Amino acid sequence: MENYASNLLLSGKRIDNRKLDEFREIEIKQGIIDKAEGSAMVKLGKTKILAGVKIGLGTPFPDTPNEGMLIVNAEFTPLASPDFESGPPGEDATELARVVDRGIRESKCIDLKKLCKTPREMVLCVFVDIHIINHDGNLIDCAFLASLAALMDTKIPKIKDDRIVRGKFEKDLPVLYKPIEVTVCKVDDKFVLDPMFKEEAVIESKLTVCVRDDEKICALQKQGSKELTMDDIKKMIEIAIDKSKELRKLFER
Amino acid sequence: MVKTNEKLIVKGKRLDGRAIEDLRPVKMDVDVIERADGSAQVAFGNTETIVSVYGPRKLYPRFLQKSDTGILRCRYNMAPFSVEDRKRPGPGRRSIEISKVTRLALEPATFLTDFPKTVVDVFIEVLRGDGSTRVAGVNAASIALATAGVPMRDLVVACSVGKIDGKLVVDLNGLEDNNSEADIAFAIMPSKEKVTLLQMDGRLTKEELFESLDLAKKTCKKIYEMQKSALKESFKD
Amino acid sequence: MEKKKNDLNQKSTGEVGAEKKKYREVVLPGELLGERKGRKLSNGVYAEGDKVFAKVMGVPVTTENEVRVVPMSGIYIPNINDKVIGTMTQVEISGWLVDINSPYISFLPVSDGVDEFVDTHRMDISRFFDVGDVIFCKVSKVTKNKTIRVTMRSLGARKLYGGVVLKVKPTKVPRIIGRGGSMVNLIKSKTGCLIYIGKNGVIWIRGDNRAKAIEAILTVERESHTIGLTEKIEKMLEGEEEKKEGEAKEKPKETKKTEKKKNAKKSAKVVKNGKDK
Repeated sequence: MENYASNLLLSGKRIDNRKLDEFREIEIKQGIIDKAEGSAMVKLGKTKILAGVKIGLGTPFPDTPNEGMLIVNAEFTPLASPDFESGPPGEDATELARVVDRGIRESKCIDLKKLCKTPREMVLCVFVDIHIINHDGNLIDCAFLASLAALMDTKIPKIKDDRIVRGKFEKDLPVLYKPIEVTVCKVDDKFVLDPMFKEEAVIESKLTVCVRDDEKICALQKQGSKELTMDDIKKMIEIAIDKSKELRKLFER
Repeated sequence: MVKTNEKLIVKGKRLDGRAIEDLRPVKMDVDVIERADGSAQVAFGNTETIVSVYGPRKLYPRFLQKSDTGILRCRYNMAPFSVEDRKRPGPGRRSIEISKVTRLALEPATFLTDFPKTVVDVFIEVLRGDGSTRVAGVNAASIALATAGVPMRDLVVACSVGKIDGKLVVDLNGLEDNNSEADIAFAIMPSKEKVTLLQMDGRLTKEELFESLDLAKKTCKKIYEMQKSALKESFKD
Repeated sequence: MEKKKNDLNQKSTGEVGAEKKKYREVVLPGELLGERKGRKLSNGVYAEGDKVFAKVMGVPVTTENEVRVVPMSGIYIPNINDKVIGTMTQVEISGWLVDINSPYISFLPVSDGVDEFVDTHRMDISRFFDVGDVIFCKVSKVTKNKTIRVTMRSLGARKLYGGVVLKVKPTKVPRIIGRGGSMVNLIKSKTGCLIYIGKNGVIWIRGDNRAKAIEAILTVERESHTIGLTEKIEKMLEGEEEKKEGEAKEKPKETKKTEKKKNAKKSAKVVKNGKDK
């Protein structure tokens, strides 16, 4: 339903006076969950998402016997929004997890081949669990930042006698690229980035673009119930490539 | 899911003999399910989907009803025997995501506001999976909606485009899909040139991506002609 | 007679190879029908700017004043003044819920169903209409959110006794009725059946020869878009006329008398031919 913020957005203005392509303030804190092998909390404006990485051992998939596994899951926890319900992930949570997974996997920022202990028998599984803590819009972009930050914080635990020794670490998880997901939204004839929850009410369609450091596109996901022209798509991809460079700087130490 | 280290394009031809812009043999039939309001069966090579449409019909539970518009519900499902390694019955995460993007691919084309408080149910079953199943599903769903008499702005046409062995190809089969450097699922309302489905995974430069999109649009125009024939032919028997 | 102008550069009939059937041209959703030119847009079309497109699969009808498409299929959406056949599904306190073969259920208020004064606090109105009764009525109101009301206060409205109910695609009803009633009258006369056709695709038939009548109706429904259908139906029912005459000779007076008696008893309490508004 339309509201004062979305109404304002239709005329090209935002209630916090941001430009249409401006992101809110971003805060990234890593290593906040000591029981996890890697973790990060990202605040994007008032949207808060916590990502935790756990490393486990498992048997590889039959068609990739020499590769470790990456499993991304997302919880739209009911505490984050009055619209989230308890229970198994719905279609939006499922989509978010799969879009984040795609970005991480296709960008090859984690070399799964290096996570193989014994071919065909034992590999490392990297579980990325995304927990929404407060929903104020732009969940995918924030979740991706949290996931990447958590992976960059991850240490691979020591393995002894085919078992994980918790608390003892071997090395950092190698993260080879810093892919960034930017969701470009279309409102009327304008392109908008990082909408707040209230602004999302008037967003007709969006395109999430995952851009790698070398500007290669690793994932695309069109969302929303309205169509896009070919021209729109090309413009949105360029906006995303541009913005990803700015957001990547957050990870420069 | 078969991974291979072999080349997928040999002497300019793909392993199944196709040229890089060739579709697999396409079969489209409508009115295949008597009880449904609309139905269609579409195959691209060895990928085969069957769709039925029920509605607009009354929507229960009532709290889901929207007083000013009907809604579209979509269920994509792969039959357990449709793939080599039996797929466990029931909606997995992949099916849930595909159901969502399929619904959003068809929604912009439908005039749901003509039918407040109702639902149009679209059920897509993949009987044989050999790559590009979701786009086959969208193609079938679109003509099934037309045979059901659901008012639409335009048909919706879909195709897949991918990059294998450094080249852009269309209509990827299972082997190509699993071994591609990139693959794109694309759907468009052909007369309006408006895109309703776009997903991609892999690695493409911006230029390659733009080229793929143009190739997808061109391929969809070919498939559109096939949809039109299938619908118009259904009256001549 | 209307002048038909086709904006599409197409023949109005297409011959298919060696087959003798001729087909009316069919358009698909999204096909361009022409420019609006100030014409009225009726069912099955929509406009974008000055261009008119088909919304459904069907036969286009373009005249000087109007553009529309007769759909090949689709559900029944009630319109005010439609004459429909409904089935009572629920008896409420001040009226009845009537299923009119649409996702939208309709309501028949007591005042529009019964002529006499009814004290709804004291009387159980199921004595007038009960669950399962079939009625021929008129749609009296359709709100924007598709709340529907029907009424028995219409010429020809009545409870339909005995007989069988058949559902066809609502979009085929005009073809089943035929121009000026030609098709349905043909079927009625050849089979001797009583037939009521609702705009909502519900058809009520009563008569000994109803099987043949049903077969004819279903044939029209299936082949509605072909040309030369009337002749085909005539041929199909040819044998029936002779059969009917044969039966009539054997027991002529009985069948007609008993029918009249039945109707006389049951129409007592129900609205008798209310006046059309």
